[in-house]
Amino acid sequence: MAIKKKKELDTEEKSPENRILSFPDEVLERVLIFVKCHKDRSAVSLVCRDWYNAERWSRTHVFIGNCYSVSPEMVARRFPNIRSVTLKGKPRFYDFNLVPPNWGADLHPWLVVFASAYPFLEEFRLKRMTVTDESLDFLARSFPEFKALSLVSCDGFSTDGLASIATYCRNLTELDIQESGIDDLGGSWLSCFPDSFTSLEALNFANLHSEVNFDALERLVARCKSLKVLKVNKHVTLEQIRRLLVRSPQLTELGTGSFSQDQKLRSDADLESAFSNCKNFNTLSGLWEVSSVYLPALYPVCANLTFLNLSYTALQSTELAKLLQNCPLLRRLWVLDTVEDKGLEAVASSCHLLEELRVFPADPFDQEVIMEGGGSGVTESGFVAVSEGCPNLHYVLYFCRQMTNAAVATVVRNCPNFTHFRLCIMNMCQPDYLTNEPMDEAFGSVVKTCSKLQRLAVSGLLTDRAFEYIGTYAKNLETLSVAFAGSSDRGMQCVLEGCPKLRKLEIRDCPFGNAALLSGLERYESMRSLWMSACNLTMNGCQLLARKMPRLNVEVIKEDESDDMHAEKVYVYRSVAGPRRDAPPFVLTL
Amino acid sequence: MSPPLEHDYIGLSEISTMESSDKFSSSASSSATVAEDADDRRRQALNLKETELRLGLPGSESPDRKEKVGLTLGLLPKSFVSGAKRGFSDAIDGRAGEWGFAGGAGSEGELGKGGVSFSPRGEGGAGGQHSGQGSAGKDAVAKAAGQEKKAPAPAQASGGSDRGIAPAAKAQVVGWPPIRSYRKNTMATNPLKNKEDAEGKHGFGCLYVKVSMDGAPYLRKVDLKTYNNYKELSSALEKMFSCFTIGQCGSHGIPGRDGLSESRLMDLLNGSEFVLTYEDKDGDWMLVGDVPWEMFTDSCRRLRIMKGSDAIGLAPTAMEKCKNRS
Repeated sequence: MAIKKKKELDTEEKSPENRILSFPDEVLERVLIFVKCHKDRSAVSLVCRDWYNAERWSRTHVFIGNCYSVSPEMVARRFPNIRSVTLKGKPRFYDFNLVPPNWGADLHPWLVVFASAYPFLEEFRLKRMTVTDESLDFLARSFPEFKALSLVSCDGFSTDGLASIATYCRNLTELDIQESGIDDLGGSWLSCFPDSFTSLEALNFANLHSEVNFDALERLVARCKSLKVLKVNKHVTLEQIRRLLVRSPQLTELGTGSFSQDQKLRSDADLESAFSNCKNFNTLSGLWEVSSVYLPALYPVCANLTFLNLSYTALQSTELAKLLQNCPLLRRLWVLDTVEDKGLEAVASSCHLLEELRVFPADPFDQEVIMEGGGSGVTESGFVAVSEGCPNLHYVLYFCRQMTNAAVATVVRNCPNFTHFRLCIMNMCQPDYLTNEPMDEAFGSVVKTCSKLQRLAVSGLLTDRAFEYIGTYAKNLETLSVAFAGSSDRGMQCVLEGCPKLRKLEIRDCPFGNAALLSGLERYESMRSLWMSACNLTMNGCQLLARKMPRLNVEVIKEDESDDMHAEKVYVYRSVAGPRRDAPPFVLTL
Repeated sequence: MSPPLEHDYIGLSEISTMESSDKFSSSASSSATVAEDADDRRRQALNLKETELRLGLPGSESPDRKEKVGLTLGLLPKSFVSGAKRGFSDAIDGRAGEWGFAGGAGSEGELGKGGVSFSPRGEGGAGGQHSGQGSAGKDAVAKAAGQEKKAPAPAQASGGSDRGIAPAAKAQVVGWPPIRSYRKNTMATNPLKNKEDAEGKHGFGCLYVKVSMDGAPYLRKVDLKTYNNYKELSSALEKMFSCFTIGQCGSHGIPGRDGLSESRLMDLLNGSEFVLTYEDKDGDWMLVGDVPWEMFTDSCRRLRIMKGSDAIGLAPTAMEKCKNRS
């Protein structure tokens, strides 16, 4: 979209014969409705005052990547017509228990402000926020037009909160609580949807542990003719899935329940025919506790599958191979490393259109007794195999226990279009297991070859060299995750100096100190956030940063009183809302 | 707490080297250190002298006896073994509850599951516990980082095969590997080794479970439904694994396979350092023989004949578990 420069507009306004070229605000607003991406909208708002106003009146969706970067009042003041809000809260390392509970990111203050500012609000999409039952109840009662609630990795609520949503949100289209830590008090919430309620289009309660009333679920599915997404939890049996499918052949995304022995299932043929009635499946997940004998029932829907999530299913390589032979159009595949390298070879031979692969570890903490030859997960050869068969691969998340520099170099040679490269060698600081050298060259080859790289997560034994490479070559890098790596401050400095598009930097257990922290003084205001834990930062260094950059919030999390000088966990982020007013006692804002 | 800990650590690492020599530790995360890790972790998590020391001695309460067991853990498996042997035969005779596990409350949740130090159990999250672990995590991380930095040097020489130090340290690091809490908790409650189910043998009146034995190169499968009590099961297992037992007992100067009667086999199994354990539906490892047979067959997912020294710190009896839960 052509955005005129401010200067041009002003001169045009001045000369009368060109006045016809400046449109009335209403027209501009009409045009701007079609600008959806929030980055584009930010650009639009910077053109001139008229455009800023047109943009703020026409914006209906606001994306807030860090809930503490702005206050709800400021949002309400600037944007009068918001219908949909995306909010992200806690730092990502909260998922790995590096952030204490009760850290914050409470939704409630936002609800209170928005209840009066946006009475017609329709959507909340939340990630890593704390949401209580009271908040959910308040939400359900305050927004009569409310349609979509998506809670990813949130916590603080129970099934009672879901009951409020089900009871009061008459126009609900989406309820998705995936991967949220919910207090599961029982499945009766599902029965709270009134019989007159038919608008549901997406329902995801895969992470709940308790059983829902199946009759209520079946009736709900039967009367919601627009239901497209249904992801149930593992208590739902095969026979029950069959019945649900019979009622909703229009589904496009299905998360099954348990996929194992069910004596109520009359025959495998029944199950298969229920699946074959569904012509529109593009996504399949769930498959808790699979009995491979039932997998062939899925074959009818595999032909059109683009996303297959087997990351909670312990499949063996042969089972996966047979399944994948039926999935030629697959673009995204998530698996457990029980499929091993052989399974990945099957991926390479069956799924040539693959764009995204995530391999999760079945046994990340070496809990299982290793049986004969098995349980070793995936290695570098599986990774190479996939890269050879899937040239379109651009997103990878790979957990393994051994890797070589040469293998990674081969992978990126085969697939130079990586945008997201997240490699986790689970043994900390492990070198290339063949050459015993650091893994610097591996990530060097990634950044040199993949010019479109946006997200990188590194692991293994790494020196400053790896970070020199990153700083030199990763010019499009936006997110970097580092753990147990680097040799000195220089590593972090290279990244901060060399990566102009860096927005999120999260570091743990690296030998980076105050010098490194302060070298990024100029950078942090153009970044969303910086996280550093178990590094060599001191309170003095953090205080210096806070003093020099008043528009940054420099927060130190202090959990024990032992070492007063050491700054164990530091979270730095830009904010126009000033320091947090709801910080718990262990969060010190400097 | 530290002196016994160091002592045990040293003792156990000797055992683990022994194990790795007769095991197939091809992968970097070798099973040889699993028991060691698990024990280290358990000891760290429980932090109870009584638990550690009271193991294996049914009915015995005397403190000096406890002391002896703790100290002789690594070096003299035999003295522990006598306890183990007694426990096992108790099980066979149907006498439950003679073990006298201290088993503090909450230990069962921590043992045998992923992420002992760091996965929050339930949504309460136990803030206090968390911050405690946070600092423990910090220390452990510092230690781990320090150890890990040192480890690569020798590892480079030996090609990374000697990972005696590294995995134990790894086990204590908070948030590593970076698996989301949700995934950790889900995997912990979902038994993944469901090959038994996968072969569809559950509902048709048979109940195949895998039996592994420490040191044996391959596993066996038994149908639990073909036995009616613990005695039948144990004799069947002894017959199955007798060849391995004999191999193990070579050093005891026992003659070859020919001429060994069944009773001799039973003595052998009981006289060796082996204990029979099973993994239940929750993923916890339990000693066989504590619960009624029917309850056992209902909840047993697989069996493992493990070395007595590895059986330390096993979860409290299933009865206690039920009590804790309700």
